[in-house]
Amino acid sequence: MPSISRDEVAHLARLARLSVTEAELDLFADQLDHIVQAVAQVGQVADQDIPPTSHAVPLTNVFRRDLVRPGLTQQQALAAAPAAEDGRFRVPRILGEEA
Amino acid sequence: MTDLIRLTAAEIAAKIQAKEVSAVEVARAHLDRIDAVEPAVHAFLHIDGDRALQAAKAVDEDVAAGRPAASPLAGVPLALKDVLTMRGAPTTCGSKMLEGWEPPYDATVTLRLLEAGLVILGKTNMDEFAMGSSTENSAYGPTRNPWDLDRIPGGSGGGSAAALAAFEAPLAIGTDTGGSIRQPGSVTGTVGVKPTYGTVSRYGLVAFSSSLDQAGPCARTVLDAALLHEVIAGHDPLDSTSIDAPVPPVVAAAREGANADLKGLRVGVVTELAGEGYQPGVLAAFEAAVAQLRELGAEIVEVSCPSFDLALPAYYLIAPSECSSNLARFDAMRYGLRVGDDATRSAEEVMSLTREAGFGAEVKRRIMLGTYALSSGYYDAYYGSAQKVRTLIKRDFDAAFGQVDVLVSPTTPTTAFGIGERTDDPIAMYRADLCTIPSSMAGNAALSIPCGLSACDGLPVGLQIMSPALQDHRGYRVAAAYETARDAAQGGPLITRVPELEVAH
Repeated sequence: MPSISRDEVAHLARLARLSVTEAELDLFADQLDHIVQAVAQVGQVADQDIPPTSHAVPLTNVFRRDLVRPGLTQQQALAAAPAAEDGRFRVPRILGEEA
Repeated sequence: MTDLIRLTAAEIAAKIQAKEVSAVEVARAHLDRIDAVEPAVHAFLHIDGDRALQAAKAVDEDVAAGRPAASPLAGVPLALKDVLTMRGAPTTCGSKMLEGWEPPYDATVTLRLLEAGLVILGKTNMDEFAMGSSTENSAYGPTRNPWDLDRIPGGSGGGSAAALAAFEAPLAIGTDTGGSIRQPGSVTGTVGVKPTYGTVSRYGLVAFSSSLDQAGPCARTVLDAALLHEVIAGHDPLDSTSIDAPVPPVVAAAREGANADLKGLRVGVVTELAGEGYQPGVLAAFEAAVAQLRELGAEIVEVSCPSFDLALPAYYLIAPSECSSNLARFDAMRYGLRVGDDATRSAEEVMSLTREAGFGAEVKRRIMLGTYALSSGYYDAYYGSAQKVRTLIKRDFDAAFGQVDVLVSPTTPTTAFGIGERTDDPIAMYRADLCTIPSSMAGNAALSIPCGLSACDGLPVGLQIMSPALQDHRGYRVAAAYETARDAAQGGPLITRVPELEVAH
């Protein structure tokens, strides 16, 4: 039976960029454990030779004609930005202290 | 004037063209109704009366000038689910992450609605990023079911379904990933249709699970749903999974079906979608509907689809996996919420703080579940297996549709449950999607039509009709014939039995 520990939830939260609280770690560890146990039954087909389906309708690559069409203006693109400066997105520093 | 809100969309459109009523009067009647009942129902997150009246005025000017109607639904008010972008209005997806976000572009569905002369009243409430079966996961508070205000209206499209049942709008748009159109339709006594995957553009539909998400029509009658279906469906080069094929003739099927019997039609009852966990009142109403189909001349056979038992667990691996990838875009950099940007924290810290503050519990659960299922070491056992199950479900459908024309089941195992009843038990919540998920996983067409009230609690029950991919019109034909027979047997449309809401003064 699979089981998800509190440490594992903390690891998943880090991977998913969610700074969860201590209380959430307890709650989610319990809930995710139950959910994973409930969905684990799909594993019964794991060793069967069945082709996977990723999309309901088979996909083929499509090309469009290489035509110029209008995109967003700089002003439109920046209109919803949390912070903008000099016509650009202003973001927090991207390097950590140790860098 | 209050009668205007009880009309069908087809009737409203006809009266506008016949100059019996103006589109502005119709819009006003619905805006007045919204004012009166919204405090109790809370179906909308955003209402723009001025814009609606302007759109209605444009339709009236067309009529006055003798110009042909933009579509068979010109001038009809509509409620748009808040997961589809529309310029000049916020798109929040029921999330704090996108509070107040005004998208710089229209979804293809929105554009088609506007071009068809529909009058968009506002944006409807939903579970956050369409994850949920009750609309309780909205960051802006739950929507209430007009049949019983202490109960949920289904989800994720509870706002769209409740707007119809509360007579705030005759038409609405929903989106269905695992049942988010059909299940709310079922528990509110309204019609909800999930078209074949790829037949309605996803451009401008904020993605939850891209291989499953599909927009569709919500209405109070089968014909109204079909008319709306033809407005929004069709190939779109802006959606890479859009099918370049003619729209199935759903309006013709709805019109013909309404006056026809079902002789020669073979209907399959799915063995696996009944039994333990189903409310007796739901099963009784479903069986009565099947008896009605038999009276209409259909041949009823039982069909087993054994892999449907694995559909729910496979869905709760595939959808969270795709969601964990899709929602990575909410990174606090270019739009949406940003928290903790104090000039000392790094982008990564700001990102983690923002996502923690901006997402609700269910969204976080699914992101982490998806992250887990896609992790190396678990991939084969979970995500890989779920994709194999998807193949098995498709094979079951193919085999079934080799024997029968359509499949039927209850839309959801129970009637509307109480607000708060399942919020602490995610697995109980997920079971609401038990019957709707197989068609989501296979991508075929499925709809829900009200089939009666449960003897247990007097609340609406839905009949689900599933059709093969691109054969959407089959479901409409069966639903229209059933609707006529049901109304005759039950003494009028089911929706007229919804209790009068206390209106605000």
